[in-house]
Amino acid sequence: MSSLIAWIMRAIPFGTIIMYGAMGETITEKSGNLNLGVPGIMYLGGFAGFASAYYYENSVENPIPLLSIVIALVCALVASALGGLIYAFLTITLRANQNVTGLALTTFGMGVANFFGVFILDGATYSAAPVANKAFAAKIPVLSQMGVLGQTVFSYGFLAYAAIVLAIVLHWFFNRTRAGLNLRAVGENPATADAAGINVTKYKYLATCVGAAICGVGGLYYVLDYNQGIWATTGQIEALGWLALALVIFTTWKPLNAIWGAYLFGILYWLYQFLPSMLGITVSSAMTDLVQMVPYVVTILVLIAVSMRRKKEDQPPAHLGLAYFREER
Amino acid sequence: MPNTQYAIRLEHITKTFGEVVANHDVTLEVRRGEILSLLGENGSGKTTLMNMIAGIYYPDEGEIYVGNKAVDIRSPRDALRLGIGMIHQHFKLVDVFTALENIALCMEPGEKFDLKKVRSRARAICEKYGFALDLDQKVYEMSVSQKQTLEIVKVLFRGADILILDEPTAVLTPQETEKLFAVMRNMKADGKAVVIITHKLHEVLTISDRVAILRRGEYVGDVATKDANEAMLTEMMVGKKVELDIGRPLPVNPVRRLSVHHLSVTGPEGGRVLDDVSFDAYGGEILGIAGISGNGQKELLEAIAGLQRTDGGAQIQFFAPGAEDKPTSLIGKSPKDIRDAGIHLSFVPEDRLGMGLVGSMGMTDNMMLKSYGSGHSPIVDRKTPRELAEEIREELGVVTPGLNTPVSQLSGGNVQKVLVGRELAASPIVLMTAYAVRGLDINTSYTIYHLLNEQKKKGVAVIYVGEDLDVLLELCDRILVLCGGKANGILDARTTTKEEVGLRMTDLQHKKEVRA
Amino acid sequence: MAAQTSHPAEPLVRIARREAAPLRRKIAVRAAAILLALVVDALFIFFVTGLNPINVYVVMWGGTFSTSVRFSWAMRDLSTLLCIGIALAPAFKMRFWNIGAEGQVLVGGLATALIMVYFGNSLPAPALFVAMALGSIAAGALWGFVPAWFKARWNTNETLFTLMMNYVATSIVACMTNIMRGQASSLGTLNKATKAGWFPILFGQRYTINIIVVLVLTFAMYAYLKYSKHGYEIAVVGESENTARYAGINVRRVMVRTMIISGAICGITGFLIVAGKDQTISTTSAGGNGFTAIIVAWLAKFNTFYMALISFLLVFLERGASEIASAYSLNEYAADIITGIILFFILGSEFFINYRLIWRGHHKEVKGE
Repeated sequence: MSSLIAWIMRAIPFGTIIMYGAMGETITEKSGNLNLGVPGIMYLGGFAGFASAYYYENSVENPIPLLSIVIALVCALVASALGGLIYAFLTITLRANQNVTGLALTTFGMGVANFFGVFILDGATYSAAPVANKAFAAKIPVLSQMGVLGQTVFSYGFLAYAAIVLAIVLHWFFNRTRAGLNLRAVGENPATADAAGINVTKYKYLATCVGAAICGVGGLYYVLDYNQGIWATTGQIEALGWLALALVIFTTWKPLNAIWGAYLFGILYWLYQFLPSMLGITVSSAMTDLVQMVPYVVTILVLIAVSMRRKKEDQPPAHLGLAYFREER
Repeated sequence: MPNTQYAIRLEHITKTFGEVVANHDVTLEVRRGEILSLLGENGSGKTTLMNMIAGIYYPDEGEIYVGNKAVDIRSPRDALRLGIGMIHQHFKLVDVFTALENIALCMEPGEKFDLKKVRSRARAICEKYGFALDLDQKVYEMSVSQKQTLEIVKVLFRGADILILDEPTAVLTPQETEKLFAVMRNMKADGKAVVIITHKLHEVLTISDRVAILRRGEYVGDVATKDANEAMLTEMMVGKKVELDIGRPLPVNPVRRLSVHHLSVTGPEGGRVLDDVSFDAYGGEILGIAGISGNGQKELLEAIAGLQRTDGGAQIQFFAPGAEDKPTSLIGKSPKDIRDAGIHLSFVPEDRLGMGLVGSMGMTDNMMLKSYGSGHSPIVDRKTPRELAEEIREELGVVTPGLNTPVSQLSGGNVQKVLVGRELAASPIVLMTAYAVRGLDINTSYTIYHLLNEQKKKGVAVIYVGEDLDVLLELCDRILVLCGGKANGILDARTTTKEEVGLRMTDLQHKKEVRA
Repeated sequence: MAAQTSHPAEPLVRIARREAAPLRRKIAVRAAAILLALVVDALFIFFVTGLNPINVYVVMWGGTFSTSVRFSWAMRDLSTLLCIGIALAPAFKMRFWNIGAEGQVLVGGLATALIMVYFGNSLPAPALFVAMALGSIAAGALWGFVPAWFKARWNTNETLFTLMMNYVATSIVACMTNIMRGQASSLGTLNKATKAGWFPILFGQRYTINIIVVLVLTFAMYAYLKYSKHGYEIAVVGESENTARYAGINVRRVMVRTMIISGAICGITGFLIVAGKDQTISTTSAGGNGFTAIIVAWLAKFNTFYMALISFLLVFLERGASEIASAYSLNEYAADIITGIILFFILGSEFFINYRLIWRGHHKEVKGE
């Protein structure tokens, strides 16, 4: 039982990281842009959030936790939105190929984060922003003390709950608002949206930048909460970025599915550590490596199932990956 | 002199796409409370011109006035703001949206997002004009005519003062067309300006008040419909009196080459796009196939060519020269199987660059599209195709900078010459052509007619799918009429009349002698 | 009264598609893009480090050209990147987005390593090399086949499928290396004592064979795409599936066959990495080359010789950046930034090749240069 609780307590924060990535990418993809730069953007967001919190903490006597949250969040949002802006300018205005641009952005984002990260590390293997971490990871005061329920449901930083709220808001946005309807039309059939008087370029730009900003929050959450406010040169964020892309497919582009999908991915990801001990068996470490592929395999199965069923509502946005040029003949 | 009664006025509009001049120095006006027909052949620049009003294209030169004010229409958004609505030939609908959601996309900017209100307004429009439209149906579940209805409701919902309809009747039944015309008259009575793009003369005469004619991108002139007749309009449209005079040699010793029995094809949406069609094609004759586009012509030819899965019970038999008593069945054969069986079947498809040719390749590489696989060498032989390309270029007068220039950069006529040239070079026994002269100028069209007649004289069985009834009546020996995927009679082209063919295209009553 | 209007609302600039730009323009635009990127990189270097960018570029140049050994290292890295680019060329030409090169390389390398370890002592050297090559080809081909088959059968999105396959491969490699290393903390060099399955040293380096193999593949793939019947089929399928069906080409078969070839060459890359370069296998053996090669293949428009040029540019930057890193005690991630900026500029420059701009007021046909 206790290992099940520990498992859940590991899976939910893990899910939260990729949930942000997946929700951001969903917004982007709804506009018809397939941004493979998610890992790079998560790096940008994570690093900007960490660096700003770190400098804030080290430059004032008594850092105020709330202010450190605000600073880190704003910096993460801006940095990752800028990453999205590079992608948007290249693919929307200059009509560069989306796949290739996204991959280049991943290279670039990783480079920027790790390059400047080394300056902060200054020779150490890691550096920390404890105040920000404490602020971001603060559990819900009273509720988190309430036994098992408190532990599994109420013991996470506020971003974990914000993610759920955001998923619901996005669901409402896509289905119940005019901007959401317009956005979906842009991703499905930009020529139609254009003829209806919708500013396709504006929607694509906004969706890409806002989407990127939300992806960046995933990176921020990883560094300042999940990773206990520690920055180290790592390839971990990249793997999380690709997993977020997988989650978008798994949810069939529906934000509400991201809530349980993300936690399911978290459960699957940590399967190797908790399931054997729950079942009372010992598994070789080689097997635990193998089990790590489960989320990806599940995603592939979903991808195949969706393509076989051909249900229109589960397909990617019809114009995903393609540039739009009104005067194309 | 500009006058307030003009809803919209175009002055000296020019638009080019690369080397292609789509519109040149066009001046045209549309009045309030009139229905204007914009008439012209395929490729005469009607749609391009209207797209500039609708904000899809931006003119290279010229002015557009709405009311009496010079305007710049930079986007469809600008056009909508000016009260211009256009129903495009290719539907502008989001497939995964419901009808209601598609209509909601057209709400005024700044209007409150209230689907209930949209629904009640859309309902009201449907009731007023008598449209049957399920607002909760997804577009991908709709038939073409339902989609067309939705497009009309969309424009009415937005409340345009200037309405442009691009070939709206191409996919409609006569009853639906009548309903659409009633709507158009209604709008005219409301003082709106309505433009209908078409190349169907009888529709022009039925619906419009005035006809403006475009020819090869240039404005020819206009005429009040009451003063117009078909001959006159045709002359304005094509430039000279249509003494087609194609010439029609008598079939010599016709031998059955192709026999089609009970051919049915199920479309992607489940309905039958071809329904129990039977006919024979003979060597030394041209069999015309008439019908409103989208009535099964494409599927018929593709089924014979091995590109379309046929329903059970269908028979397609090929009779090779010298083996007339031993037919080969084409059912279940792929294009490659057909070729490997030594059957000389040539096919000039409707979609020249999307099916018949590879746009990014030059003439040489396009010559070997069907023959590249011959021989056992893993290396392609480019020598023979190059010689063939050179030959076709000279014989048919293909204008191209070079044999390796991508064919997509050639003009429409030259593209068709390349395609037809290749298909004829394969010395066909059966030759199928779909809309072989669509969008071509008169001279090139005559070149094509001439080539088909030559093939006929050689004893080839030619199947000619066409849209221009005058041509069908003068070129073909027999005409098979398709209507709703069914064979609606085979007529002797020498004795039948245009009216008879036209009637059979739209009306299935003539169920009598389905086989001639 | 057709008053002269001043066109206040005419868009400042409009865009029109350009028909086939001349070669001169293509070269000029790309050269300008690279130059501009180098200027931006110089600014970045100056403002971040305060170093004189010219000096920095001189040091960078030395990363590849200062000694013959450095140059041969650059050639080694280039051969890896180029080999994957070559593998991707036929897939991309067919408009099949194979994002899974990283995984295909890994499984190829894994197969090689397994054969090296488990048959290294039992098979004679020539047979061992043949077995390693075949094993890597089979593994890579399988990794290419799976997404291709689903794409051919059900039109499953290949971009996402191949991307996911990368991580399946990573997990398997992690698992197998774990088994192979046993109690040791890391796998280390394979067959250290016997050197079984290591490429022999030619001209002073083991990876000379890698370079030769890739050189041969460069010519072979160029010829395959340009002169073979398969290459013709790939071109037709890539242009239009409808045309391919019309021509009697079995689209599904071409798709699956081409991806088997693509995966197989990726597998060979894995073989070269293990046998000629690293003599070991790990989850990072492909080192991101699988992703970089996608950019290489795309920018080169599937021409293997252009690929060689672009690969060289990227390897030059990479090696130059690590040279800067050690010379000025910076870190190697500078390479990613510099490369990223150059890629952005090259990607963006394509626009000026494919489209032309019409500025406000230019109503006359502007025919470009």
